[in-house]
Amino acid sequence: MYVQGGALGALAVVAAVAAVSGRGLLLAVVYPVTALAAIALGAADLAVWLGGGGFAAVLPIGLPTIGLHLRLDQLSAFFGVVINGGVLAASLYGMGLDRATELTPRVEPLFPLFAAAMNLVLIADDAYAFLFSWELMSLTSWAQVVAHHTNAENRRAGHLYLVMAAIGTTALLFAFGGLAGPAGGYAFDTIRTHAPTPMIAALVLATALVGCGSKGGLIPLHAWLPLAHPAAPSHVSALMSGVMTKVAIYGFVRIAFDLLGPPAWWWSLPPIVLGAITAVLGLLYAVFDRDLKRVLAYSTVENVGVIFVALGLALAFRANGQPAAAAVAMAAALLHVLNHSWFKSLLFLGAGAVLHVTGRRDLEAMGGLIHRMPRTAVFFLVGALSISALPPLNGFVSEWLLFQSVIAAPALPQSALNFAAPAIGAMLALAAALAAACFVRVYGVAFLGRPRSVEAARAHEVPLVQQIAMGGLALLCILGGLLGAFLTEALAPVLKGLVGSALPNAGTGPTPFSLIAFDASRSNYDAAVIALFVAIASVTTLLVVHRLSARRTRRGPAWDCGFPDSSPAIQYSAASFSQPLRRVYGAVVFSARETVMMPPPGDLRPARFSVASIDYVWTTLYIAPWRALLRLSERLNALQFLTIRRYLVLMFAALVILLSIAAVTV
Amino acid sequence: MNADLAIQFLAQGAQMFLVLLIAPLAVGVVRRVKARLMRRQGAPLLQGYRDLAKLLRKESVLAENASWLFRAAPCLIFALTWVATALVPSFASGLMFNWAADVVALVALLGAARALLALAGMDVGTSFGGIGSSREMMIATLAEPAMMLIVLTLAIAAGTTRLAGVADFFIAEPLAVRVSLALSLVALIIVALAENARIPVDNPVTHLELTMVHEAMILEYSGRHLALIEAASYLKLVLYLSLLICLFAPFGMAPAAAGIGGWIIGLLAWTAKLLAGAAFLGVWEVSIAKMRVFRLPDFLGIAFIFGFLAILLAFLTRGAVQ
Repeated sequence: MYVQGGALGALAVVAAVAAVSGRGLLLAVVYPVTALAAIALGAADLAVWLGGGGFAAVLPIGLPTIGLHLRLDQLSAFFGVVINGGVLAASLYGMGLDRATELTPRVEPLFPLFAAAMNLVLIADDAYAFLFSWELMSLTSWAQVVAHHTNAENRRAGHLYLVMAAIGTTALLFAFGGLAGPAGGYAFDTIRTHAPTPMIAALVLATALVGCGSKGGLIPLHAWLPLAHPAAPSHVSALMSGVMTKVAIYGFVRIAFDLLGPPAWWWSLPPIVLGAITAVLGLLYAVFDRDLKRVLAYSTVENVGVIFVALGLALAFRANGQPAAAAVAMAAALLHVLNHSWFKSLLFLGAGAVLHVTGRRDLEAMGGLIHRMPRTAVFFLVGALSISALPPLNGFVSEWLLFQSVIAAPALPQSALNFAAPAIGAMLALAAALAAACFVRVYGVAFLGRPRSVEAARAHEVPLVQQIAMGGLALLCILGGLLGAFLTEALAPVLKGLVGSALPNAGTGPTPFSLIAFDASRSNYDAAVIALFVAIASVTTLLVVHRLSARRTRRGPAWDCGFPDSSPAIQYSAASFSQPLRRVYGAVVFSARETVMMPPPGDLRPARFSVASIDYVWTTLYIAPWRALLRLSERLNALQFLTIRRYLVLMFAALVILLSIAAVTV
Repeated sequence: MNADLAIQFLAQGAQMFLVLLIAPLAVGVVRRVKARLMRRQGAPLLQGYRDLAKLLRKESVLAENASWLFRAAPCLIFALTWVATALVPSFASGLMFNWAADVVALVALLGAARALLALAGMDVGTSFGGIGSSREMMIATLAEPAMMLIVLTLAIAAGTTRLAGVADFFIAEPLAVRVSLALSLVALIIVALAENARIPVDNPVTHLELTMVHEAMILEYSGRHLALIEAASYLKLVLYLSLLICLFAPFGMAPAAAGIGGWIIGLLAWTAKLLAGAAFLGVWEVSIAKMRVFRLPDFLGIAFIFGFLAILLAFLTRGAVQ
């Protein structure tokens, strides 16, 4: 507890110092201090996650009758490890920022506050503390989004973020109101003592889904995320995408699995359905976008969807008294939380490195960076392959566990869930395949091929400390893949607290690296053995080929079927790479239409190609209500210019209506 | 335990050697059958081995701006495909390291090889590499959901996603061949055709610009690098044929406790079935035309629909069987 207090205090102090110092050396102190605080907090969280313990305290600050309840249990500690790992990596990256050009008093004082706010959400143990730190988290991140406010796009992103954050917090306010009940016990301990009625539970679940889903980017509440996450400086983007979305997941887990009491089976349907739609749609947005950071943000939307599917399945299994299967689904969700925080932070830091050296976020202006940023290219490749759920990296471990729990879903007694299972399985498989396509596209266009702009051709490697931040995360992605079974076993205490069981046969496999979902005869995934076999096969192949082959290698111009062209414009671009997917999926989902304007012979104008597509979520769920609201307010505007007689009539009518209502109800 | 582990390693090694040995022959059979049906003499059955030997002997020409990824990819693709192929039970079930990966992991291993190949296709920065990569990834997004539905059907029927477990189940209950499995079989064949870049999805013999997918990605490869990629594609064919055999025609496969005799019978049965499957593929390829790329969603959609029907039927029949 003293560790937490000290570290959070240090973050607050360094934020205050940076705020008053203005421009200068003191701004640069922010990152080392934040890194140290993240190490301290993360280590304390890790000890509680693995060893138990934790603390609970009531401080006499906050609202008069409530006070400030703080508590660190194993669930909070697990999420604390996730968050402080991301904060550490982002701070390391921040230490490499250029002091003269990149540090600004608009970002650096807020960075440690943002980190502290996320930690506070996790240890909040009453509704007031939770909402207060949640809002602090929203506002500090918002301020960093609009740090470069001269850009109109950033202002728009910040505006939308603020509106969505307000909607989300309002929803959470209702959720906690429903949980507290008429007696109004806002401490989580009081909430746990009474289970709400089914009607209240449904309302709480719906509002929690809106509140946490809007922060996490669940479609259709995602609209702000792909605008706001990329607008912030890249290491803040890494925190928002890799880590802050996990706080949203934490909020949902805390409410749905802990505070809300024993679940009913139908609670699982909204998260599963919304999650599956989010997973597929998020990637479809990502795969057609040409802004590197926005692609990553959309991919975050997808991963949040995947996590919500897993959480929904865990709810379904738990409601049906199948704790083992619930543990598999929950393990998939938590492990994906951890994995996603690693590879998404890595990818955003990589995007930041690219943005820093080229000054461009547009994929169409990149290319060939693997030659000029060799280390960043390796780290980004690890992240790209991990997020595509490819073995033996870490993304596949959680994906595998999730598929195992989908495969167990047909054994549930509810036919709605039975028939949903194959649809979810197919949608998750589609999402995985789309993720691979999306990140092959990103990597292939940005890092491979030939440079498409002068900036890309002049790119260079980033400072060592930034490479260390990315390299550390890449190493975690590899180790998390090989040691997935150990990580899953380490989740056991958290799983027991949430769903009442850990994975039943963990650690009974042929090797200690075997990941076993249900039992060894049913399914098994042994990343280390597979990696060993692949390594043996590669080495053998290399040796044999070197023995047998001519070993001669010559460099020559590219063959390209006999028509090589020196112009880099001939390469496949980001838009052309996604063209087959646009024809297959975009035509259905976004009504994407391609038009080719070919001038007639003799006309010297260039041919033009354009794509038109409609974002139906945006037009129907955002634009249409906004227009309706505008129209309504214009109508009501007329009420401001009435004669006094009419106002009197209106007041009299209102009085009559209110009295008649009172007469009917009393 | 240690002796047991050593035997397992040996058996797995034998399996790895075996699939590598037979892969060029299987491709030779396909080509030979196709040639004979077209009234051509055709290349000798062993041409696949000769092709590989020839490519290994030749020097490798790298494009000027090829990166390390371009050079490392063939070896990794080959190793990943090789390990995946060796994890599919061939002549015997349950004695090898096939517990290391269930069918979900197996599909993902192939996905890793595919992603590397698509990346390698984009490395040099030519238009053909990009066209192949983008189409390959598009086809994968169509094939993988169908594959997942097949896996779900098998898991419902056999209660496991381990290939050896499914094979054991069908060896023990040969009468379990039901309508849903027949539908899954059709779906898996379609997926296998797509994954192996066979007609009607892709044509392995053409270099006609606008129709090629796999060949476009590997256009810049030559010499030993090309040899490894070709060998990987041969292995992938063996993998999918073995998968079809293991799941839908496992008769003859030695069960877990069988001795040397069982292994020999299993080996003969597997080889015969594999070559028969290759011959069928040859007949199929001469009797159908290559499809336009944008008709592929329809073709793979059939696999998806069949996979879905298979699951629905599996739900309905599950109660009747138990």
